[in-house]
Amino acid sequence: MTRISPYAKTMGFISDRDDQGRLIISMPFGDGVLGRPGFVHGGALAGLLETVAYQTLADALGEDDQPVLKPVNMTATYMRGALATTTHARATIERLGKRIANIEAVAWQEDPEKPVAIAQINVMLDRSGR
Amino acid sequence: MSDQPFQFDAARFINTLTKNGHNRLIGAQYHAHGDDWCELAIPYNPELVSDSATGILASGPIFTLMDMATSLSIWLKTGTIQPQATLDLRIDYLRPAKPGQTVIGHGECYHITRSIAFIRGHAHDGDPEKPIAHVAGTYFFTAS
Repeated sequence: MTRISPYAKTMGFISDRDDQGRLIISMPFGDGVLGRPGFVHGGALAGLLETVAYQTLADALGEDDQPVLKPVNMTATYMRGALATTTHARATIERLGKRIANIEAVAWQEDPEKPVAIAQINVMLDRSGR
Repeated sequence: MSDQPFQFDAARFINTLTKNGHNRLIGAQYHAHGDDWCELAIPYNPELVSDSATGILASGPIFTLMDMATSLSIWLKTGTIQPQATLDLRIDYLRPAKPGQTVIGHGECYHITRSIAFIRGHAHDGDPEKPIAHVAGTYFFTAS
């Protein structure tokens, strides 16, 4: 299932799968994601983490269950400066309930063992019909 | 030689910063500032929405707006531009921004230690009394 948002397109996000079939979204480096000179902007990293979290959640829900996904909140923690190269991200759904999903997303560059940022993301699943 | 004291022109400085990189991509602009706070604006842009059907602004640009506004509030409070990095930033999305509306992000630095700056802020889409998001977070001074 691929639902590329205008925001994801503007950011140049690329979807792929790792060898275990998990969704990986990558963000190529460019002026559009630049923060302080030589580093990726923290806001661009947050956008990448959030995008991979929502896409992973949409995949897990499948074609037959499409509640409206409403962002509740997100906490991003920055661990290393993200350098002028491609950043990758993937997400793990810690709990998928009827009304709330708790997701953790992680972003890295060269080495998945050395994350540049992680995020805890809570999403409301609205099935009220609007 | 002028004996006038150096006047830090925050508006001009911020407008220079927003003309580059990711801040330019989301269209961030200077809006207002005070001794320890800063406001930036992002005009509505259909290329930044999360879903073309609803036209609702994606949360990524709001996060960037708040990161930038809170970050600048620290420089305004300290009066110096020292290198700093976001340690963490939490955002609560109270409601979606109305399609077509400019979003204003207000960032405030409320406490500083030798190594850490504590910030908070909120965003609204026209009425400051009806915020769309709240943030809280910390930055650390990388040179300290």
